[in-house]
Amino acid sequence: MTAVFPRPSITQSTASPWRRTKSALMTSALALALVVAAVPLVLIIAYVLAKGWSSVTTPGWFSGDIPILSRSEGPGMGPAITGTLMITGAATAMAVPLGLLGGIYLNEYSAGSRYGKVIRFFADVMTGVPSIVMGLFVFVIWVLSFGLSAFAGALALGCLMLPIVIRTSEEMLKLVPSELRESAYALGGRKAGTIIRVVLPAAAPGIISGALLAVARAAGETAPLIFTIGFVNQANTSLFNDPNTALSTQIFKNANSVFPGPVARAWGAALTLIGIVFVFTILARIASALLARKHQP
Amino acid sequence: MTPTSLNESLMTPTNVAAVTEPIDDRADAPAEVVFAVRDGAVDYGPNRAVDGVTLDIASREITAIIGPSGCGKSTFLRCLNRMNDFIPGAKVSGAINYYGEDLYGPKVDAAEVRRRIGMVFQRPNPFPKSIFDNVAYGPRINRYQGDLPELVESALTRAALWDEVKDKLKKSAFALSGGQQQRLCIARALAVSPDVILMDEPCSALDPIATSRIEDLMVALKRDYTIVIVTHNMQQAARVSDRTAFFTTDVDESGGRTGRLVEFDRTNTIFTSPSDSRTEGYITGRFG
Repeated sequence: MTAVFPRPSITQSTASPWRRTKSALMTSALALALVVAAVPLVLIIAYVLAKGWSSVTTPGWFSGDIPILSRSEGPGMGPAITGTLMITGAATAMAVPLGLLGGIYLNEYSAGSRYGKVIRFFADVMTGVPSIVMGLFVFVIWVLSFGLSAFAGALALGCLMLPIVIRTSEEMLKLVPSELRESAYALGGRKAGTIIRVVLPAAAPGIISGALLAVARAAGETAPLIFTIGFVNQANTSLFNDPNTALSTQIFKNANSVFPGPVARAWGAALTLIGIVFVFTILARIASALLARKHQP
Repeated sequence: MTPTSLNESLMTPTNVAAVTEPIDDRADAPAEVVFAVRDGAVDYGPNRAVDGVTLDIASREITAIIGPSGCGKSTFLRCLNRMNDFIPGAKVSGAINYYGEDLYGPKVDAAEVRRRIGMVFQRPNPFPKSIFDNVAYGPRINRYQGDLPELVESALTRAALWDEVKDKLKKSAFALSGGQQQRLCIARALAVSPDVILMDEPCSALDPIATSRIEDLMVALKRDYTIVIVTHNMQQAARVSDRTAFFTTDVDESGGRTGRLVEFDRTNTIFTSPSDSRTEGYITGRFG
């Protein structure tokens, strides 16, 4: 005959009441931290919207030239929008393929090699280099010989983007399970074909996100552009010739003014830039989600 | 059935290795030897992972490799299709002949070796592609010129998966259950028409029902293919295999672990009257 022990109800916790209180307190503290972190972001967007909305909605904002007399009022940021798209586009076209190839080399080909370690180290160092130094570098190697141009700005931004793309592609490729590579090899696959047909598609969503991070960062850079592209008031669609302008440098220039006209244009340019980065982010999110979802159950 | 030489495309003299005399002069010696291994050994850097493997793997039979964890079963299996080439510091020594040719000869194309000698892994690892594209991957990279849908259907049929997936070939391979994914991996391996299939614990991630389907499939496949399977499951080895190799681990004075082949014989003999006491100890559950 077995002894019958009283079985306490499972609602009677042996933990102290203080434990529940602590849990509630910490959860609220974490929620509060999130709110605090979001406050600056929300304020920035709200303030830029409030200040820039009237400029952006004035007819001619997106297409008109920038007023030649800088203290005059009224719209026109067309040249800067063209410039930002051109410069960021050219920088992306240079940095993303090169960075992707670099990331592939580091993760797939350089296993344990000294050369790979050196490259990885310098990519890390380059990520931390202040952007103005990149501008100075391009100023010396390019602008002094060939003059100010959109391409010079793209070179500077490309230098900024390159290490980010290299390191994020490498990290994303590292996440591709080695079983996937092995199963391709076990079917008679060769290394290059396996990377192109199996490894890259598997890593594509992450690589796109990483590249976009770099694009978004480059689009907002001001310092490296100031002495590589210069300033113009009319759109310059030539990539290699003559000075150009960009939203970020226009914000810098106009916001320094004491007159209400240029200040309003600076707010408008800020809102436009945020909008462009926002649209790019959404597009890349969609692209990477489509790729990721393509073969999920 | 001796396939064309691995060196054929290279137009060089074949590197026929010196070791061809059989190790087995008994009546049940294999009629045709696919792999002849003599003193096979694998080093990972300074450590010898597997040593002293001498065995013949017979054509169109299922050869099982059993033994405790860490005894080098998988390492040895991966020598047979040169998968160890990808592990930095791994070095294979001794002689491993495939239909009389040195598998590690200087002129051998390792990718061609792996096409002839397919592999199924422990965890089902389909590509993140559709079911069709998974099976079609191998033929495509090997520039298959024939009717691809027909080939995919026949590979899936041979892997006993066709009826379950024929209406959803465009669906992601990840939509299948674990057992179906493993059969898909087998179909994928069959699609490049290998003559050997190496299986590295193919059922260890599957439930008993899926396991039994894979085992039935193996038995069906051995009419056309030579199969070498590494398994932790002794009942599985006893159920499906024709011959069994038992590996064990020796620990030397400095703590280094080296896997060794203890005994290789007909599965029936291994499980009923093993000649080595270590084999008997393992199969009766006394160690390992």
